[in-house]
Amino acid sequence: METPRSDVSREPALALAGLHKRYGEFTALSQVDLTVAPGEFVCLLGPSGCGKTTLLRLIAGLEAVSGGRILMRGRDVTQLPPMRRDYGIVFQNYALFPNLSVADNIAYGLRGRREDKMRRVGDLLALVGLNGAERKFPAQLSGGQQQRVALARALATNPGLLLLDEPLSALDARVREHLRREIKDLQTRLGVTTVMVTHDQEEALAMADRVVVMSRGQVEQIGTPSEIYGQPRTAFVADFIGRANWFEATVRRHGEIAVDRVTLSVAQTLPEPGSTGRVFLRPEDVRLHPVWLGGPNSALARPVKIEHLGGFCRISLTVPLWGDLPLLADVSQDELARLRLAPGQLVPVTLPADRLRMFTAEMV
Amino acid sequence: MNGVRALRWMVGGRCSAGASAALPQDSAQRLAGGLAWGVVALLLVFLGLPLVAILGQALAGPDGGYAGLAHFTAITASPGFLTLVGNSIAAAATTTVITIPLAFGFAASLTRTRMPGKPLFRLLALIPLLAPSLLPGISLVYLFGNQGVLKGWFPEGGIYGLPGIVMGEVFYTFPHALMILLTALSLADGRLYEAANALGAGPLRRWFTVTLPSVRHGLVSSALVVFTLTITDFGVPKVIGGQYSVLAVEAYKQVVGQQNFARGAVIGLLLLLPAVFSFVVDHRLQQRQQALLTARARPLQPSGSRWAGGAGLLCCSLVGACLVLILGMAVAAAFIRLWPYRLDLTFVHFNFDDMDGGGWLAWWNSLRLAVLTMTAGTVLVFLGAWLQEKLTGAGAVRILIRLLAMLPMAVPGLVLGLGYVFFFNGNRWLPLYGTMALLALCTIVHYYTTAHLTATTALRQMDREFEAVAASLKVPFWTTLRRVTVPVCLPAILEIARFLFVSAMTTVSAVVFLYTPDTVLASVAVLNMDDAGDTAAAAAMATLIVATSAFVCLLFALLSRWLVHRTQRWRHA
Repeated sequence: METPRSDVSREPALALAGLHKRYGEFTALSQVDLTVAPGEFVCLLGPSGCGKTTLLRLIAGLEAVSGGRILMRGRDVTQLPPMRRDYGIVFQNYALFPNLSVADNIAYGLRGRREDKMRRVGDLLALVGLNGAERKFPAQLSGGQQQRVALARALATNPGLLLLDEPLSALDARVREHLRREIKDLQTRLGVTTVMVTHDQEEALAMADRVVVMSRGQVEQIGTPSEIYGQPRTAFVADFIGRANWFEATVRRHGEIAVDRVTLSVAQTLPEPGSTGRVFLRPEDVRLHPVWLGGPNSALARPVKIEHLGGFCRISLTVPLWGDLPLLADVSQDELARLRLAPGQLVPVTLPADRLRMFTAEMV
Repeated sequence: MNGVRALRWMVGGRCSAGASAALPQDSAQRLAGGLAWGVVALLLVFLGLPLVAILGQALAGPDGGYAGLAHFTAITASPGFLTLVGNSIAAAATTTVITIPLAFGFAASLTRTRMPGKPLFRLLALIPLLAPSLLPGISLVYLFGNQGVLKGWFPEGGIYGLPGIVMGEVFYTFPHALMILLTALSLADGRLYEAANALGAGPLRRWFTVTLPSVRHGLVSSALVVFTLTITDFGVPKVIGGQYSVLAVEAYKQVVGQQNFARGAVIGLLLLLPAVFSFVVDHRLQQRQQALLTARARPLQPSGSRWAGGAGLLCCSLVGACLVLILGMAVAAAFIRLWPYRLDLTFVHFNFDDMDGGGWLAWWNSLRLAVLTMTAGTVLVFLGAWLQEKLTGAGAVRILIRLLAMLPMAVPGLVLGLGYVFFFNGNRWLPLYGTMALLALCTIVHYYTTAHLTATTALRQMDREFEAVAASLKVPFWTTLRRVTVPVCLPAILEIARFLFVSAMTTVSAVVFLYTPDTVLASVAVLNMDDAGDTAAAAAMATLIVATSAFVCLLFALLSRWLVHRTQRWRHA
């Protein structure tokens, strides 16, 4: 247990305690607890309708809270209107004022002398890499450029918190990837605490310091990208993030499960023998060998299809001895060459015991 | 519970009514909420209470006590009542059956062919909107009346009665039907026609399987509008109806002529029925229509066939010629010394001060009314629409604004005017009867719905999140309203102003009950001069109204071109 410190800067930039949101009978969010440290980049990730946007709108004060508290730097803002909270926000559709020039858009929230405002606008444009765009109108800019202007406008007043609502999803893939890196760089450089909503797991894993995975109004897991990917706490998280092989299984005894009629060993601490559940394994954790080595959890598999996906290949296999169990395996190009797969030829496969994870019904 | 859900649906969008806690509001938002309640109060007093007053009047006995349905039974049992109803329905139905095919042909020619001269025909079709409904009546008298140019077409005064009423109403209702059908026909999905073509459907089959289903709603809606406008209009039948009596004229006679308020109120309520019926049907249809046109639809390219272009040109030329003929006859009558004996041209009929009816004061008053209606109405309507669309939290007040804004659509001018008489005549708390202010308020309320829909359409095209962004930047709503919302909506605001000005200039039905000798209006003067037998002077005044409206439309066109050029640079960026 850490002793409380009096250092003010250590105070969380944002703290949500038991946050709750209902629309009539429908519960959109239930009991959300989250603490965001100063300078941290947190992503709210989940499928559409999971409540991530509602959560962001609650933080922004655009929806009324049904229960719980919101604190910004220790200040309770739950009952404060948006104008009295301290944040900048960027929406998916940019929401730039179409009749104002880029400079006027960015200066919209600035106060003071005109020269000061224009200097600040110039600085911000330089920051987002749009030098000299002051006098253009939003309609003259590309989608990516408009999003940068929206970002500059949100940052103009030096807010304590930056909220991003699916800021990249209206852009095409190439621009999206580029802007993703830029936003992350900018955020690191400025050290501004950021909460971003996204439904794109790749985006969340690439940008966030921590990811909040949500489903049906509940927080499923909060963790670093590698925790979320490598140690999913629930079947939902495991399924939603990345690709996975799933098998129905029954616990046989300590360290052993049965899939169909086959027994596999598992490193994980398992529930009671006899309980059933689903076993999960990442495609890149499936081991393929050029020669038969034997060992636990090994069998011969028949390749069905090979997909070339850029940097790696995804091989679809079935394992005849394991009741034609279907498997997906990701291997690098080099590995594929070493395997020397030939049509109709079987390939040895191992499912590493320390990578298999079982989720029982209670854990889902 | 069901009611609450229905109401919430009406406001649409994200509405947090029913959540356990209210959205926190800052002082600016509370001010906006107060303004919204102000708009609601204004509409309740100047729309809701007059309507209640009609009901009260219809149910009140001679001593002021409750008389129940006595008036209703007395009137419906009186001799001639069924004839009145029959006549009104016959006139309205005949007008609808003639107007809709004409307007459909005209609209189809404009949207689905490549005929030449489209801008000209669009302009011609709007002529009737510039004139009070009395003008076609006067014009038809000059054309087909006892001394008419073409009196042989309707021998022995045959024009006075159903034929005259129908012809006049077709002129008067044509642009209203046309606008609805133009919208319906221009919302076509080109992909459906391509698919039908690819599947080998002939023109007839394409028409029945693609065109008709997509414009069905427009057809029903425009037919309802024409029927309602005709059955509640009394301008045309007043001038050319002769012995053919209809409900609208009867209500006017009962109230203005015989001071029989109860009878007027009952007829007013009866005239409310078709309007309310079409309002409900239209609303139902709109709900079903919505999904028809998706964002992925591709605009239809008009057919390049010469045959279609030729047919369109013929149709539009014929209709356009009739419209020009009717307007032209009234203009000619205004300048001809003594029809049909002395055909030299003169301005003598414009010496309004020498005649009964109000003189030049009437025209001057109309101008004042139009300016007042335009300025106050545009501000009120835009503010109301803005509050309805952009107010956060406050679900109830937004629902109320929406309901009250849609209601005038279902209230004919005649009925509204009656309500104003019953509510404001002798009202000690609101001594407004006979004032210009009341005339302006009545006109604003009368045309509220159309203006409101123009404003909400423009506001809904704006990003939903502008206000949220502004609040996050700590900028109060009035700054965003001034710097962003109003400039972006400027074309719509100008359109509302123009519409209110021209409507105030031409309206007769509501204001005819409300003027005094000091506040007599040009359109009312037309009616009175025609009544007094000064038909030429009536034609002159009607011509003056058309000229004023046309001039103002031209001014607005120039103004909006200039403003768009100056302030809307970003649109063309």
